Amino acid sequence: MQAKKRYLLVLSCAFLAYCYFGGYRLKNESNLTSPHRMLPSYVDVLSDHLYIRDIESSPQFRRIGSSTYKKVNNSYRNCRMETCFDYRKCHSDFKVYVYPLNDEMNGETPLTPSPAYQKVLDVILESRYYTSDPSQACLFVLAIDTLDRDSHSSDYVRNVQSRLHRLKLWNNGRNHVVFNLYSGTWPDYVEDDLGFDTGEAILAKASMSMSSFRPGFDISIPLFFKSHPERGGDAGFVTSNNFPVTKRYLLAFKGKRYLYGIGSETRNALYHLHNDRDVVLVTTCRHGKTWKERKDQRCDEDNAEFDRYDYDLLLQNSTFCLVPRGRRLGSFRFLEALQAGCVPVLLSNGLQMPFSEVIDWNKALIMADERLLLQVPEIVRSIPATKVFALRQQTQVLWDRYFSSVEKIVFTTLEIIRERLPLQRKRDGIIWNNSPGALLTFPEFSDFWPHYPFHIAPAAAADDNFTAVVYCQLGAPLTPSSTLFRLIKNVAKSQHVSKILVAWNSDKPLPPHSRWPPLPGHVSFHVLQESSEPLIAQRFFPHPLLKSAAILSLDEDALLNTDEIDFAFQVWKSFPERIVGYPARSHYWDDAKGSWGYTSKWTNDYSIVLTGAAFYHRYYNYLYTEWLSPLLLKTVQQSHNCEDILINFLVSHVTRRPPIKVTQRKQYKEQPPGNSLRSPWNDPDHFIQRQTCLNTFAAVFGYMPLLRSNMRLDPVLFKDPVSNLRKKYRQIELVGS
Amino acid sequence: MVAKQYNILLNRYRRFFITVLAVLLISFLVICVGLLNLLPSFGFLNSGSIIYHKINLNNFSGVPRVPVVESQLPAPRNDRCNYFDCFNVYKCGHKGSGKILVFVYPVKEYVDHKGNAVAPMSKEFFGILQAVVKSRYYTPNPEEACLFVPSIDTLNQNRFNVKKTSQALSMLPMWHNGENHLIWNMLPGSPPTFSNVVELNIGNAVIAGAGFDSWTYRAGFDVSLPVYSPYADQLKFDPYQEREWLLLSSQVNIHPDFESELAQIESDNSDLFMLLEPCEGRENASLRCHQQKIYNYPQILGSGKFCLVIRGARLAQPNLMDALAFGCVPIVAADTMILPFADVIDWNRAVLTLRESDLNNVMTLVKDVSEERTKQMSAHCQWLYNKYFSSIESITITTLDIINDRIFPQNARSYSPGNSPLKPYTPQSPLYLQLTAPKAPGFTAVVLTYDRVESLFLLVQKLVKVPSLNKVLVVWNNQHKSPPPSSSWPKVSKPIKVIQTKENKLSNRFYPYEEIETEAVLHIDDDIVMLTADELEFGYEVWREFPDRIVGFPSRTHVWDNSTQKWKYESEWTNHISMVLTGAAFHHKYWNYMYTTSMPGDIKEWVDNHMNCEDIAMNFLVSNITNKAPIKVAPRKKFKCPECVNNEMLSADLSHMMERSRCIDRFSAVYGLMPLRTVEFRADPVLYKDAFPQKLKINNNIGSL
Repeated sequence: MQAKKRYLLVLSCAFLAYCYFGGYRLKNESNLTSPHRMLPSYVDVLSDHLYIRDIESSPQFRRIGSSTYKKVNNSYRNCRMETCFDYRKCHSDFKVYVYPLNDEMNGETPLTPSPAYQKVLDVILESRYYTSDPSQACLFVLAIDTLDRDSHSSDYVRNVQSRLHRLKLWNNGRNHVVFNLYSGTWPDYVEDDLGFDTGEAILAKASMSMSSFRPGFDISIPLFFKSHPERGGDAGFVTSNNFPVTKRYLLAFKGKRYLYGIGSETRNALYHLHNDRDVVLVTTCRHGKTWKERKDQRCDEDNAEFDRYDYDLLLQNSTFCLVPRGRRLGSFRFLEALQAGCVPVLLSNGLQMPFSEVIDWNKALIMADERLLLQVPEIVRSIPATKVFALRQQTQVLWDRYFSSVEKIVFTTLEIIRERLPLQRKRDGIIWNNSPGALLTFPEFSDFWPHYPFHIAPAAAADDNFTAVVYCQLGAPLTPSSTLFRLIKNVAKSQHVSKILVAWNSDKPLPPHSRWPPLPGHVSFHVLQESSEPLIAQRFFPHPLLKSAAILSLDEDALLNTDEIDFAFQVWKSFPERIVGYPARSHYWDDAKGSWGYTSKWTNDYSIVLTGAAFYHRYYNYLYTEWLSPLLLKTVQQSHNCEDILINFLVSHVTRRPPIKVTQRKQYKEQPPGNSLRSPWNDPDHFIQRQTCLNTFAAVFGYMPLLRSNMRLDPVLFKDPVSNLRKKYRQIELVGS
Repeated sequence: MVAKQYNILLNRYRRFFITVLAVLLISFLVICVGLLNLLPSFGFLNSGSIIYHKINLNNFSGVPRVPVVESQLPAPRNDRCNYFDCFNVYKCGHKGSGKILVFVYPVKEYVDHKGNAVAPMSKEFFGILQAVVKSRYYTPNPEEACLFVPSIDTLNQNRFNVKKTSQALSMLPMWHNGENHLIWNMLPGSPPTFSNVVELNIGNAVIAGAGFDSWTYRAGFDVSLPVYSPYADQLKFDPYQEREWLLLSSQVNIHPDFESELAQIESDNSDLFMLLEPCEGRENASLRCHQQKIYNYPQILGSGKFCLVIRGARLAQPNLMDALAFGCVPIVAADTMILPFADVIDWNRAVLTLRESDLNNVMTLVKDVSEERTKQMSAHCQWLYNKYFSSIESITITTLDIINDRIFPQNARSYSPGNSPLKPYTPQSPLYLQLTAPKAPGFTAVVLTYDRVESLFLLVQKLVKVPSLNKVLVVWNNQHKSPPPSSSWPKVSKPIKVIQTKENKLSNRFYPYEEIETEAVLHIDDDIVMLTADELEFGYEVWREFPDRIVGFPSRTHVWDNSTQKWKYESEWTNHISMVLTGAAFHHKYWNYMYTTSMPGDIKEWVDNHMNCEDIAMNFLVSNITNKAPIKVAPRKKFKCPECVNNEMLSADLSHMMERSRCIDRFSAVYGLMPLRTVEFRADPVLYKDAFPQKLKINNNIGSL
């Protein structure tokens, strides 16, 4: 009994204590929330936001007129697309007009632009943006070379202002884009000093500072050398994607040092960080005519250290590369480091990064602060290995997609302007910052990114059916034993086919409806017969009847059985971005002729899969027709050949991967019975023509995009010694080669 | 008898003492908890001997009243400021903290000469202060602070006296012309001009403000905020609400010019576009009317696919937040406006923008958007709202995060991860560079071995015949026996390196050893001696084309067993593969690193404890990240059941299969899904089984059993 009482006592004591402290806590809490509850809201819904009429002046007036921003001191420092750009010119299509070189009628010497500017003009002139009719143009590009506006430079064009005045279309620069690499000159390098008034023109300029950059209006471009390739461009240096990225040096820089004047401080302080082991930052004062007169006590020491290192070796053997500002904010070192896959460490306070409107630079470089120069090695060391790995890969993606040629830089500039126009679909950061990039992703195709071949997870491939397109050139009579008849029958037996399209491109009459093989209910059948244009131009036309993502492209004399078709389709679903098919060919470099060769021999590798029997993504039809240079399409049309090579070029250019050959079939065409029907394939000229095509395409692309593969994909149990009944694709085994 | 009684007594006493002890312990604990509650904010010790007290936001009754001294007006906002000119970076990064430290001024009530409050505190501003103090950036010590937050409410310019507040700000002890000070504002300007930036004289201070235009916003310096919605607590989205309207306009404070334009659009598209207007005669902000019908705002937004957000008197409007919360894709018509958190949010994925003068084209714009895109954008809107805008606290923290990223850009987030909620945008494989790996570096063969020396030596002799082999790394997992002396090893032309492990763990096989200098790693069991040099060389060739995948020889698959509702491990001859066993497989060294450092859940420990399924775990890991299937090379071989620990008895074999099925079940539970991908193909040499002269083929010796 006593014990029980004792329990009770202790328990009640504990309870009381708990009540006391717990209660205290509750009180405390109510205290905590009370001021919050009592306070008024920052906004009074009725008076601050709603139910008051807007003030009197019209929105138009308030947009343009009331702001004192538009014009300050008669310069156009505050231009925006809304205030300095005429959208009315851009309602139909985005076209660019380039002034002709000999526009000046006053007998003034015609100007020859510098080679670099000539490249800029050339790529526009040969592009799909170009129009020769100024009334159709949305954007105007000057023929006057404005790249180098350093008045000390030999490329400096004089009297630009008066030349501009004589241009009828100048219109104070409205809707013009002015390309520039250098402005201002020694000793101040005034950024805005181009030696003429750019008026309301958009500046596409290198070395722009954040303070003079007009957001959403100007475009910051990278500083590139005069020798930068016009198109194609060199590949990035990263060929091996090793992890962790272990290079001999952690951080490297080799460059000029300015003894005095603007931009000299940072480079002059670099020697503090140089340790000759993993941080190699070497500078020289040996440049310009008068360096000896001005040299300081460090110069000789620096020069000696400078000569010990080779720049190219540093680029290749360093994980990070320092990119300090030059006299102007930009530096050539930037693109060099990017190409080399040496992660740039930017030291250029206030620089507006190139194409920063669309490119997420945090994924490809390290921004450092000139004020905190001494912390740079420590910052760089603290970056985890996985991040370095990602940064390095991203340098290559960006280099490859936006910077490696003048063409890419100019097109990126134009695409950024295009996205600003009303009713143009905008590509988001994911598209811009991933391969294949915005220059190869046309939003007109679809605004839903999973419709493109690059962004689907293979397992979730959108739809499980394909459209077969049979391309008929020979027009052989259609009988139940003819190849075409059997082909269509075999295709129709596949469970995945939803539509069969026959493109009839023969002078022979189209067989009547009753002659075609009967098709199962779920397969729709269409015949296209367009006589107006040669059908070779139509082969990869994005026809509205083509709805499925997968297209099976077939020649009329292709030999494929249903298992082969189904298996190839299964493989394609894993590689929707590539061409997956049967007939493989390869290209090779012919050293003797100094040109590319084409071969249909059986070899251990291949680089082309012919579209006589292949699956590919519908998006490539769109790119083929809407993106490829008109020059390429003309080549195909004139030779009436090579369209299948061209699409291989295109797909490899986009994916940077080889095509995929599936299973064994080599001979995919019926041997022509006798000589009654001459297939173009037996024509020796045909073959030489294809060789010529290969070289023309490589020249227009600026490089050879085709890549080799030395494997093919077979069904898992292909020719394995197990019962045939266990195998899913049995017919494939019956195919001889 | 006595003994029994004694026993009972003893038992009773024992029970009594145990109970007393328990009670005492419990009450002691309760008292301790209570005491801890008593000491919530006694301050803590900081550098040196000065004790800094955490700011007290709990009690407003004793707030000191400070009269604002009549003084010269401080310097106006410096509109040329940028991060490098006006922000003092030397104040940041103290003691290697690697993040900004933010000081909040103690709350004071500033009054004018009549005793009226100059800038009375609002609920939202109080929330901001509270969020700052609770955040990881807060410091009570102004000496080490990098950013200063004045506790003067400047959210709504209509609510404070502009001149007096400017003066009050300049009275702050560490003001220094606003250097490194952060001014919060959501409603700038006042009638009739409605400036787009708060008109305080704040010198070089940073503004976190809503409604900037591109002229007033100092990029890289200011932070653009949303206008916090007064309906925030009602923004509860009902996912079952049908979106019957293509376009909604529910804003009531827009200019008559816009109103007439919208009325015109409505009359042309009355079936698609609903123009909501204020209800006549009712002074209620949360009601809207359309053709005599009354709707509740903001709930009505859930019935629209697109919602118009048009500039009112000010550029930024709070209904942007309402539309986001309801997944009604905003169409923003406010020229030159800087959208909230434009530094980190990729708005192209969530909103459509329209120039004000193109308002009459709005139907063309919305009709151009595909159904799929609309759904995606709508989901993205809601995701953005929940992540960044749903509370004052998340707005505050995001603002501080943005400033922190500017000062420590090397740690900054890039836009993709912060903006990727949806599956089609799954993070890219970390090995995303589209590259055929170079041939020259070759591969490193890693052989995990315990004591099968004979077979090991045989394997090594076979391996060195593979032309692209760079090095053999033998991982000696036996702690009881040392590896054979170097003299007894076969004499071979390629380097062999032996690593003696400290513990017999299966995960040693996947450790990213420094000795692996090549990208490609061939993992091979010490008893896999049946692969020919041609097969291995060809395997390496195939890996070079798929450097992000596991490429190897023995393949397996997984199947769903409908009867047991479980996954089953399948090693029969099937038409599918979803795993390639690491008993003989190539993969990138990066996966070794991922296996060692980033294996989800307790999989790694589980594998080590059970000495099984490390290969399944690796296949899960790679497929989950890349979303791709592994690649099987060359025809099937008679491997001596490489995964069997002992293969003497059929029953052991069976239990082994059961165990591996359990592994698949267990791992997929950890991942929350089945990451494995199934394919129906394997890789063969281009001319495999072709009737073609052997001497012209490479990789001939492939496929013998």
